[in-house]
Amino acid sequence: MQNILVADAVSKSYGNYRALGNISLEIPKNRIYGLLGPNGAGKTTFIRIINQITYPDEGRIFFDGNPLSPGHISLIGYLPEERGLYKSMKVGEQALYLAQLKGLGKSEAKKRLKEWFDRFEIGEWWGKKVQELSKGMAQKIQFIVTVLHEPKLLIFDEPFSGFDPINANIIKDEILKLKEKGTSIIFSTHRMESVEELCEYIALIHKSEKVLDGKLSEIKKAYKNNVFEVSMEMENGVQKVSDFFDKKLEILASNFDQVDRRYDLKVKLPSNDTRGILTELTKYGNVTRFEEVIPSANDIFIQTVNEKEGNG
Amino acid sequence: MAKLRLIIRREYLAKVRNKSFIVMTILSPILIVGMIVLIAYLTKVNESESRIITVLNESTFFGDGFTSTDKISYVQFQNLSLEEAKDSTQALEYFALLHIPKGEHIEEVARSSFLYAKDNPNTSVTERLERVFEKQLRLDRLAQLGVSDEQFEDVEKPYDINLATFEGEKSIKGINELKAIIGGAFGYGIMMFIIIYGGFVMRSVIEEKTSRIIEVIISSVKPFQLMLGKIIGTSLAGITQFIIWIISASFLLFLVVLFLDIDPSLFMNAGQLPNGGMAEMEQLSLAPDSEVLFYAQEIIKIPWGLLIISFLIYFVLGYLIYSSIYAAIGAAVDNETDTQQFIFPIILPLMLAIYVGFFSVFSNPNGPIAVGFSLFPLTSPIVMLMRLPGGIGEGGVPLWQFLVSIILLLGTFLAIVWLASKIYRVGILMYGKRPTYKELFKWLRY
Repeated sequence: MQNILVADAVSKSYGNYRALGNISLEIPKNRIYGLLGPNGAGKTTFIRIINQITYPDEGRIFFDGNPLSPGHISLIGYLPEERGLYKSMKVGEQALYLAQLKGLGKSEAKKRLKEWFDRFEIGEWWGKKVQELSKGMAQKIQFIVTVLHEPKLLIFDEPFSGFDPINANIIKDEILKLKEKGTSIIFSTHRMESVEELCEYIALIHKSEKVLDGKLSEIKKAYKNNVFEVSMEMENGVQKVSDFFDKKLEILASNFDQVDRRYDLKVKLPSNDTRGILTELTKYGNVTRFEEVIPSANDIFIQTVNEKEGNG
Repeated sequence: MAKLRLIIRREYLAKVRNKSFIVMTILSPILIVGMIVLIAYLTKVNESESRIITVLNESTFFGDGFTSTDKISYVQFQNLSLEEAKDSTQALEYFALLHIPKGEHIEEVARSSFLYAKDNPNTSVTERLERVFEKQLRLDRLAQLGVSDEQFEDVEKPYDINLATFEGEKSIKGINELKAIIGGAFGYGIMMFIIIYGGFVMRSVIEEKTSRIIEVIISSVKPFQLMLGKIIGTSLAGITQFIIWIISASFLLFLVVLFLDIDPSLFMNAGQLPNGGMAEMEQLSLAPDSEVLFYAQEIIKIPWGLLIISFLIYFVLGYLIYSSIYAAIGAAVDNETDTQQFIFPIILPLMLAIYVGFFSVFSNPNGPIAVGFSLFPLTSPIVMLMRLPGGIGEGGVPLWQFLVSIILLLGTFLAIVWLASKIYRVGILMYGKRPTYKELFKWLRY
């Protein structure tokens, strides 16, 4: 099996509200998968179904080829968006408790916790109460507890919300290390730019439905539309260049800086063949930048949603 | 099951290590015993307050009627005018002056007698004085009829009817009430336990919601397991606390009785028995020895084994019903202030059970109201326990009623726990606004 998780036409309603409509997804093994979409799109409902917190009305889920069952709970690690710890409980005791709930034996859990605590250099927090910790400290504990039982599938709902940049980077690195060890990872977020660089596959969820999914690089290739950003240092005026562009291609935006004599353009080419154009351009001035605009997940999302709603 | 045990253990430890829980465990028996001692002491002081009444008796009647008691002392005035007597009484700061004027006839004298006091004297004083007058007046009237004192005493003898069951077993008035008190103590214990520890369950659920740990936990265990573990863990902590309370309170009371020389019978009055029970207790303590023996026999005859086993059944089922409702309420709200509207409807049947129990089971343990409330599952844990000291079968609770009440309770238990766990499952993941009853109803269908 090359997919850790397959969702087959999963639907879920709360009363009259349809939280998930007919979602089918394939989440490949050992990859980072982004579940993207605005708040209220249905991401958390889907994740809760994977974690068997709620159950789908229709459709089936397969975990590593088998129908999802309570036995899979210990193979999944989940860091929810709404996360916290018992405030009056001691850090070590609490981590131990949560690890044991995931099915780890006490001594094994203790051993692994010590390792993680040493790695994060937080050994002295063991006997402290959670209410004495700062928010960032508590989040490190939550992260450790999520990954401690070495699950096959890790699910992070809004992983970087609330983390300061330094801790966010530490966590990011740890997640990448886990991926190297073979863990499959799902990121769910409405802040698409925060995970874009990490995700290899994505699914876009909008209004309870999947609007797009697949390999991110392929999606981006498909959504490129030959738009380039160009910067030139001009010796003369910009008129000649403009005339040239007007004939050959479409100018989406332009700006000429009088002092630096720099001309910035955003242009759309008829094809992605740039060879002729670049040589032509150098006749008018010194080309300092010529770069294809790769659409961000956010752009793709907005474009897809607009297309869908335009059609509908 | 291993996870359930982990949850129970955590909930238990979290509760018993809680500072306010520890403080309450230690402080409560001290406070309760202190209260009892204080009430007993105040009662004693109140009772021992002695009033002095001066008597200016110008008549030839009522001469020997006014003998001092520990409540009222009498001081006789002689050869004073009324005004002088009033002045002296006030000057001496005595309580009141009783003036009995001259007269030919006792009736006429009594009619024109006055009690002068600073304020309106309380009834316990006037009743005592009236009794003296009444007795003398009655004797006078009897003398006119030619009846002697002895003959009158003879006529006055009280009468108690003999009671027996159809099987010929003798019984005594008040024994039903006494039995109901014993059952009531069990029922009252259940009610207190439900209110205290049900509230703990609720607060513990709210804490999990507000600390946002709930979703982390239920991604590892089923919400129902968590709810059950929480209820069991909290009640184990509660039982621990109750046992510590009972042991330390009885020990303290024992010390108090031993060292402070307080009459133990005063504790009876200071306890939480309602009025009906108190009267019975007084009657009990006034009863002659043979009756005390009889009461003792009756108490021994109470089916203790049955009572304790049914107490355990009713306690476990009743507590689980109510605490799962408490858990559902905790799940439905975000903070404790929002719980009020939901808590009142649960406390209501509990209070009703206690009051209906004390009023109707006391007077008629097998009457229609007592039967109805001892079958209705939300009140049966308390009311049935009040009826059970009479035994099951002849003269007690008919077997069918006992069985029906247990079956109803069991059915309700299953239904309520099922409903509560549904509300709980949805509620713990809901944040934001306070739900209405209508929304709670909708959650049942999610």
